[in-house]
Amino acid sequence: MTATNETQSVGQDAARNSEVSGAEIRLEGVVKRYAGQKTPAVDSLSLTIPAGEIVMLVGPSGCGKTTSLKMINRLIEPTSGAISIDGKDVRKQGHDELRRHVGYVIQGGSLFPHMTVEKNIAIVPKLLGWDASRISDRVDDLLDLVGLDPAKYRKRYPRELSGGQQQRVGVARGLAADPPVLLMDEPFGAVDPITRQRLQDELLSIQRELRKTIVCVTHDIDEAIKLGDRIVILQEGAHVAQYDTPENILAAPADDFVSDFVGSGSTLKQLSLARVNEIDLADWTTAAVGDSAAEAIRKAQTVGHDAVVVLDNRGRPVAWPWLRQLRNEDRIPSYDPEKLHTLDSRATLNDALDTMLTSSHGGAVVTGDRDQYLGVIDFTSVTDHMRTLEQQAAAATDGQARG
Amino acid sequence: MLVLPPVLVGLVFAGFVVWRQTADLDSVESSQLAWPTIWRLILQHVELTFVAALLVVALAVPLGIALTRGQLRRAAPLVVGIANGGQAAPAVGLVVLLALWLDFGFWTAVLALVLYGILPVLRNTITGLQGVDPTLVEAGRGMGMSAASVLLRIELPLAVPVIMAGVRTALVLLVGTASLATFIGAGGLGEMITTGISLFRFSLMVSGALLIALLALLIEWLGRLLELLTRPKGI
Repeated sequence: MTATNETQSVGQDAARNSEVSGAEIRLEGVVKRYAGQKTPAVDSLSLTIPAGEIVMLVGPSGCGKTTSLKMINRLIEPTSGAISIDGKDVRKQGHDELRRHVGYVIQGGSLFPHMTVEKNIAIVPKLLGWDASRISDRVDDLLDLVGLDPAKYRKRYPRELSGGQQQRVGVARGLAADPPVLLMDEPFGAVDPITRQRLQDELLSIQRELRKTIVCVTHDIDEAIKLGDRIVILQEGAHVAQYDTPENILAAPADDFVSDFVGSGSTLKQLSLARVNEIDLADWTTAAVGDSAAEAIRKAQTVGHDAVVVLDNRGRPVAWPWLRQLRNEDRIPSYDPEKLHTLDSRATLNDALDTMLTSSHGGAVVTGDRDQYLGVIDFTSVTDHMRTLEQQAAAATDGQARG
Repeated sequence: MLVLPPVLVGLVFAGFVVWRQTADLDSVESSQLAWPTIWRLILQHVELTFVAALLVVALAVPLGIALTRGQLRRAAPLVVGIANGGQAAPAVGLVVLLALWLDFGFWTAVLALVLYGILPVLRNTITGLQGVDPTLVEAGRGMGMSAASVLLRIELPLAVPVIMAGVRTALVLLVGTASLATFIGAGGLGEMITTGISLFRFSLMVSGALLIALLALLIEWLGRLLELLTRPKGI
C-alpha cells in the first residue's frame, strides 16, 4: 500500500469515526431445549442489543451464554422464539448467507493452520465474490487496523505467530467483510494477562473507529466491566439477572446473585471504570526512528526529560529509551514495537497502574486510534485523578445524606 | 533418510545385474531370467500394485468421508470392522476363493488386492477427519462456509498427512500381496518364485524374492515422498 493510499484510508476511517456501522440485534422469547434434557439450556431469553455497542454476556459456566451467542448466527438453531438483526429475522435467511454478514471470532483465533494470514482473512470476502485487488487492499487495511505490519505478516502461517498475534488475525478475519455485527466467544481466554490487556485495549480502539455491534461472551467479570458498554449477567438457563451499564451493575447490583458474581473489591473495580482518556496526559520528548540522536538528547535535556519516546514512520511509539542508551548512537535506531508496553487511551486506570508498576519509567506511553502516540501518563496524574473522584463521590454521598 | 533407500535399491539392483550377466546359468535359468521376462514381470507387478492402490484410494477416501458425516457416523465402527476382517483373512485364501468364484486373471487379482488394502486408507481417512479440531470446523461454518466447502478446504487438507500415511501402508501391503497374483494367472514377480519352486531352481526363487523386496522398498520410499509432497504447508 502506498503512502497516499494509507492517508486516504485513515482519512475515510476518521470520517466514519462517529458513525455507527453496527445493527440492532433483538432476541424475543428465545428457547433452546436439547433432546433428553429436562430443563432448557436457554429458557425464554429476551434481549435488545443496541446498534454500535459492545454487550458482554457474562455468567458462570453452563449458564447458556455461549448457546445464546451461537443462536444469533444460527450455529445453534433455537427451539422457539425469534432473533432479528437490523429488523430482519435470521431464520428467513439461508444460514451460510447470514453468517457471511455476521463476524465470528472465537478463542485463540481458531485460524486455519494450513492457510497464510492473508488467506485466513480473505475467506469471507472470497465467499462474497470480491475481486482479488479489493481483497488484497482489505487484508492490508485490516492487518494495519489490528496493529500487524501487512508486509511482514500477510504471508506467514499461523504457527509462526504468537498467541496474541493469532488472536489479532482472528479479529481481523471476523471483520473482513465489514459485517455490522461481530460475535465473539471468549476471544481473549487463551492468552497471558499482559497480552490479554493489550488485546482488550486494541478491541476498544478498533470499536471506537468502527462502531460495530459487538456481542461478546466471557466468564471474566473484569473483562466484561472493561469492555462492555452494557453487561448481561446470566444465570442458569440464560435467565437475565441484570442487564445494565457496568457503572450501574457495580453501584447497584440487582440481587445477591449479581453481587456475588461481581464479587468483593467492587470499589477497587471502580478503577476499571475510569479510563486513561479522562486524565490529562503529559507531553514527552519524541523522536522519529532515523533522527539524529544528539539532537533528540539535547531536546530532552532542555525540558528535563531523562528518556525519549521513539515513534516509527507512522507515528506509533515503538520504544522509550533512556538518554544514556542513545548516547552511543548516531541516529535513533529502530526497535521491536512488541517490547514496548503501551496503553490505549480507552484502557482502564486499573490497567494503567498495572503497566506503570512494571515499567522502569514510573509511567506509560498512551496511544490512540491505530496506535498513534498521544502522550505519557504517570503515577501522580493517576493518584490526583483518583483523589478527585473520591472527593466527588464523598460530596455526592454527603449531598444524598443531607437530602 | 530420503536419499538412502533409492541409492540402496539402485546399488543392490546393480549387483543383481552384474550377477545375472556373469553367472553361469543353465538353459532353464537363462530363459526364465531373460531380461524381457524380468521386465515383463516387474511391470505386471507394478501395474497390479498401482491399479489396486488407485482403486483403494478412490473407494476408501469417499467411504471414509461418508462415515464421518451425519447419521453414517454410527456405521463407522461396523464398516471398519468389516475392513479389518478383509485384512485378517489370509491373503492367499482371499485370492484363490475370489478366482474360483469369479475368474482367473488380472482384474480378479486387483479385486482381491483392493479388499486386502482398503483398511489402512479407510481407517486413516476416518481417524484423520476425526482428528481435525472441531473448533476449526465450527469457525469455518460460523464464517458462512458451506459444509462441502469446510470439508474440501479445511477438513481434508488437515487430514491429508494421516490419510497419506494410510496410503503408504496400503502401498506396502499391496506390493507384497501382489506376489500372490501368480496363483490365479495374473503374473507379477511371484511368478518367478513359483517357477523356481516347481523347477527346483534356487537362483529363480532368490531372484524373485530379491526383486520383490527391492520393489517394495522403492514403493515405500515413493509413498513417503508422496506424504511429504502432499502435506499442506503450515502444519
